[in-house]
Amino acid sequence: MSSNCKQSSSNGNLCSSLKQKKAWESLHRTADGRKWKRVVVFLWLVVALCGLVCALTSSNGGNSERKVETSVSSEFKTQVSLEYCNVSKEEFHALDSLFIESDRVASLACCRESGYEMPSSCTSTCRLKMKGSEKWHKLVAENVEFNAHCPSRDESISTYVGLPLSKNKTMSFISQLAFSSISSGHLWYKENELQMTELHNHATYNCESISFCLAKICLWILAGMVASFNILKLHEKFSSQKHEIIQETPRAQQSQLLQQSQSSSRSTGKWRKKILVVFVLAGVVFSFWLFWYLDKDIILRRKETLGSMCDERARMLQDQFNVSMNHVHALALLVSTFHHGKQPSAIDQKTFEDYTERTAFERPLTSGVAYALRVRHSERKEFEQQQGWAIKKMETEDQTLAQDCNLENFSTSPVQEEYAPVIFSQKTVSHIVSIDMMSGKEDRENILRARASGKGVLTSPFKLLKSNHLGVVLTFAVYNTHLPLDAIPEQRINATVGYLGASYDVPSLVAKLLHQLASKQTIVVNVYDTTNKLAPINMYGTDEADTGLPHISNLDFGDPTRKHEMQCRFKQKPPPPWQAITASVGVLVITLLLGHIFHAAINRIAKVERGYREMMELKHRAEAADVAKSQFLATVSHEIRTPMNGVLGMLQMLMDTNLDAMQLDYAQTAHANGKDLISLINKVLDQAKIESGRLELEAVPFDLRAVLDKVLSLFSRESQEQGLELAVYVSDQVPEVVIGDQERFGQIITNLVGNSIKFTQDKGHIFVSVHLANEVMLPLDARDEVLRQSLNIVQVGSNASYNTLSGFRVVDRWRSWENFKKFSGIPEETEKIKLLVTVEDTGAGIPPEAQCRIFTPFMQADSSTSRKYGGTGIGLSISKRLVELMGGEIGFVSELNIGSTFSFTVTFTKAEANYLDTMQQQCDLAVPEFRGLKALVIDERRVRAEVTRYHLKRLGISVDITSSMESAYSYVSCYGKTSVSEHLAMVLVDQDSWGKDICFPFHNLLKMIERNGSKSNSGIPLKIFLLATCISSTQRKELKLDRLVDNVITKPLRISALAFTFQEATGFGKMGHNTRAKPSTLRTLLKDKQILVVDDNAVNRRVAEGALKKYGAVVTCVEGGKVAVGLLKPPHKFDACFMDLQMPGMDGFEATRQIRSLESECNKKIDSGEASVDMSENFAHWHTPILAMTADVIQATNEECMKWPSQLRHLAATSDFPLATQLCHDLSESNPCSFHVELRLGDFRSAMGDIMINSTAIKQEYLPTSCLSLFSGHMYCAVPLRSEPYT
Amino acid sequence: MELNQLQRSFLEYTAALFREGFLDSQFSQLYQLQDESNPEFVVEVVSLFFEDSERLINDLSRALDQTIVDFRKIDAHVHQLKGSSSSIGAQRVKNSCVSFRNFCEAQNIEECSKCLQQVKQEYLLIKNKLEALFQLEKQIVAAGGAINMVEWML
Repeated sequence: MSSNCKQSSSNGNLCSSLKQKKAWESLHRTADGRKWKRVVVFLWLVVALCGLVCALTSSNGGNSERKVETSVSSEFKTQVSLEYCNVSKEEFHALDSLFIESDRVASLACCRESGYEMPSSCTSTCRLKMKGSEKWHKLVAENVEFNAHCPSRDESISTYVGLPLSKNKTMSFISQLAFSSISSGHLWYKENELQMTELHNHATYNCESISFCLAKICLWILAGMVASFNILKLHEKFSSQKHEIIQETPRAQQSQLLQQSQSSSRSTGKWRKKILVVFVLAGVVFSFWLFWYLDKDIILRRKETLGSMCDERARMLQDQFNVSMNHVHALALLVSTFHHGKQPSAIDQKTFEDYTERTAFERPLTSGVAYALRVRHSERKEFEQQQGWAIKKMETEDQTLAQDCNLENFSTSPVQEEYAPVIFSQKTVSHIVSIDMMSGKEDRENILRARASGKGVLTSPFKLLKSNHLGVVLTFAVYNTHLPLDAIPEQRINATVGYLGASYDVPSLVAKLLHQLASKQTIVVNVYDTTNKLAPINMYGTDEADTGLPHISNLDFGDPTRKHEMQCRFKQKPPPPWQAITASVGVLVITLLLGHIFHAAINRIAKVERGYREMMELKHRAEAADVAKSQFLATVSHEIRTPMNGVLGMLQMLMDTNLDAMQLDYAQTAHANGKDLISLINKVLDQAKIESGRLELEAVPFDLRAVLDKVLSLFSRESQEQGLELAVYVSDQVPEVVIGDQERFGQIITNLVGNSIKFTQDKGHIFVSVHLANEVMLPLDARDEVLRQSLNIVQVGSNASYNTLSGFRVVDRWRSWENFKKFSGIPEETEKIKLLVTVEDTGAGIPPEAQCRIFTPFMQADSSTSRKYGGTGIGLSISKRLVELMGGEIGFVSELNIGSTFSFTVTFTKAEANYLDTMQQQCDLAVPEFRGLKALVIDERRVRAEVTRYHLKRLGISVDITSSMESAYSYVSCYGKTSVSEHLAMVLVDQDSWGKDICFPFHNLLKMIERNGSKSNSGIPLKIFLLATCISSTQRKELKLDRLVDNVITKPLRISALAFTFQEATGFGKMGHNTRAKPSTLRTLLKDKQILVVDDNAVNRRVAEGALKKYGAVVTCVEGGKVAVGLLKPPHKFDACFMDLQMPGMDGFEATRQIRSLESECNKKIDSGEASVDMSENFAHWHTPILAMTADVIQATNEECMKWPSQLRHLAATSDFPLATQLCHDLSESNPCSFHVELRLGDFRSAMGDIMINSTAIKQEYLPTSCLSLFSGHMYCAVPLRSEPYT
Repeated sequence: MELNQLQRSFLEYTAALFREGFLDSQFSQLYQLQDESNPEFVVEVVSLFFEDSERLINDLSRALDQTIVDFRKIDAHVHQLKGSSSSIGAQRVKNSCVSFRNFCEAQNIEECSKCLQQVKQEYLLIKNKLEALFQLEKQIVAAGGAINMVEWML
């Protein structure tokens, strides 16, 4: 059972420790963690083993010891009772044989007299005999049961030591039983049974105690483990929380927090160390206490053992002595009965000698008995005569041995009052016959006391006569009459007739007794006479070396005047208390080990924390370095750009001088390279700006299609040179105007298209399409044609061409947005729209191994392509960041030698309806004359035809599509017969569909229709245009000369180019041509406008005045804010105000605030009808556009320029100054002035001060056609306009 | 021939001014603003600048000589000077003003005095150069020629 329990518990222990181990492992995933864990497991095992060993040793020790004890005591008991039994039996026999012939009455009386000592033993014997048989059976049964019982409880018995021992014991007992006599056997059974039950109890107790002990140990260990585990976990949690907190807090507070956490961790570390010390100290104290406790227990147990042994010995001695005394007493009565009670005496010396000889076994301790007669001096003569010898005196100094002594040596006793001459004696002491006992001092006292008390009286120990042993003499008085129990001493003395004495040889008595007992070797017994307390007389035993405290048991030999005691002590010194030592050392070791573990753990925690702090510091440093890098890049690129602009300017100037062709070529190359360098630097600057999080997106309304046209026009030359088809398609569902950052949007598309152009060579196409993100989720038939075609790419025709733009195979674009997370989600805000832009090419494709790092900055597909294609590899990274900033995602799909498709989504805000009108005006310049016209597009590729339709639709031309010249022929012939309301104004034929054999009849047909139609219709002649991807100038001339076509339109198609071509062909809008020029536009805008310039600086004032006057404005200049407020109090004549921000007295902010409040007051009056009509004139609402100017806030550096809008924003939030964007809105919204300029924040910013002068048009590539504010426009647009690629 | 020579030396002179950083593109912008309706625009603006600057420099010297220097006032003056100099494109004067303002912010009297000297020097330099330039221009105009700044500028 115990081992079972041990195993299970140890198993549990292991299991739990394994679990803990895992948990531990998961906590510490470091390499050291594993080592650490192993140590812990090992330690737990050691601890468990220690506990087990301790428990086993303690229980086993106690068990065996107890067993020895019980066996000893039982042995002893049985022997005692055995003796009792034997004695009484033998006594009967002796009496029988002795008094065969004697009187029955007397013997009966004697029996009656001595009966008091027999019944107990007799009855017990009988009872035992009776019970014996059944006990035997019982015992056997129980033994069997016990034997069966134990193994069943303990399956693996071999490990357990206690039980086999007990089994052996019982076996030996059983064998002993078989050989012992029946009478004693019964006793043995009983004792054995008792012992067995006792043992059984012990065994079960031990089992229980062991299992309990083990369970306790296991529990403690488990508790310890759980506690330590929890502590560690808690700590982990705490620290991780701390870490999280640290990570979450902004960097500014981090250092502070770090310090806090450092100090806190340091304090917790100290706290932990204190706990550890306390724990170790407590463990040490506990181990010492344990040692002390166990030691005390052992000593106590030893004492108890000694005590019980000593008490038992004393009791035995006492009993034996008493038995002997009773026999002597009986002898005295015998003498009194048969010697004095009979006339003549029935006893003579011979009889006495015989009797005593034969009953000597009853008095094993007496060396001899003698009877002395009381003889008074008066009777001496008579007595001496009667006996035939004289009473002799005892010579105490005679030390010769009994055998050698001679009666003749004794001198005759002197005259005394009384004599006590010995008349009968046992043979062993026959030498004392005739000696007067009264003559010995000891004997005399004894006799006197004996006769007075009527009880047995002992002498103090003395050297026995004629023997070297110490001995005592027991004396009984013999009375001639039967005395009552309460007789007084006088009566007793008078009734005394003689004295019966028995000498006891104490040493041999004790030695004999001890000899009978087991474990006589372990203890030393001393017997003392302590009648005189101060000088005890040693009666038995030697004075050996003192081995600890003796145990003293009192002995009562039936003489109240004499006191005896027995002193027992162990022979050997107590062995060292191994059990206590092991247990306490075990505890100490465990404590120290635990202490060591926790110490190591604490150290480790401290180390990890230190490491963590270092890491944090390094992290901060790294982050700071990163920020510094970005800042450095931004600064450096700015610093590079400034001189580069100088270089470019000078090159431009150089090119304008008189150069020969060679020189011009060099200069142009240098200029182009310089521009490339600038654009590269701009890219790097963008990247740095994005990385340092300083890029701010604008939110202004813009025409998406126009942006795409501009991007296309950037690449038109390149695509034409390479013979690539470049096309743009925007779905009808995409609104015309959206609010967002057009510049960045354009930049993303430019990057993607630029990449595509770079990697697509000499074949195929690049196709940019824009749809609403929701469109792709629509069912197939609800999608528009381009989407339907491009999502379902199939091979058409026999010549292995696909239904793509150029007929080349492309990758499945669907896969490029497969991974978009927020793709299908409808935007929460209804005013947001999500666009899906796809750039598809038929280029080289990206190798699969390079696809993963395509968006990493400065990483290229591979170095060889880098060499082959050039580039920095920064564009896609910037694009990705920009897309993310715009709330979208970017993805791509690419296959080698087929091509790539990049898709991205962006989120824009829907523009309000009125923006549409203002934006429309841009196109109005060219568009209106084409409204309501009809065109026929002949193109075998559906997608391409759709693209053409898209562009024509923007010009207001409705389109029909036919796939070939043949079908077009039938279409046109049908068309000519029916009268359709819409006029077919033009036919656009794609180069691929163009064939000379079919074009001649077709041309003739058209001419015919034209002739017919011109009569009835609006007179617009039918025109034929050829759409060509690349066409040489000679081809173009040829075609024109043939007059087969009216003009050739080179792709990519752009609305401006289309409009221009159509105008040219039809002769429309020739007058309006000049109006498209920018300065004229500005002039029309500013002509005769009343403008107020507020500036305290005379020079600035004069410059602004001159600039505005140049475009026909009527300028009024004032010096300060106050005057301006006065002038701008409604009603006034001004259309706009240019306000310096920093002025003495009233600054621009304050002036604007006051003007606005004045205006709102006036507006309220108008609303409530208080103001007169003429006061408000034709304005329904007063809101003068105010343009802030400042030369101060913006320093020459770009960095500080970046701060500017936020400063303004801050002002707006705190002081009601209109936002910079608000100013833009003012310009574009206000009706009276109608400055519908697309003033973007960036340009506005630049326009404000000298920044344009210093940094020379950072964004010159992106400057849109007509978007400069009038201020920047007139003053600084000279530079950007010249290099402006579109218009 | 004389006219041609004059025009050439004018161009060279202005190019040198740009090259040496006395002037920046703002100056050429000024020339763009000058037309038939406003033939003396540049000269007018520049002389305005001279007047303004002289006044400001005097004010600055006075302000710096005070026992208790009012940096706010000095800052305002330098701001003015910077504004006007950048308006006519006097780059070096403007740059000096920028550093002047930095020292002014730091309230460093010594450096401010140094800066004032520098501004003064720059101002006199540009004044001389511009006066010489206008002299040339006058000669050209007197000789019946015209100045096309846009052409040589960009």
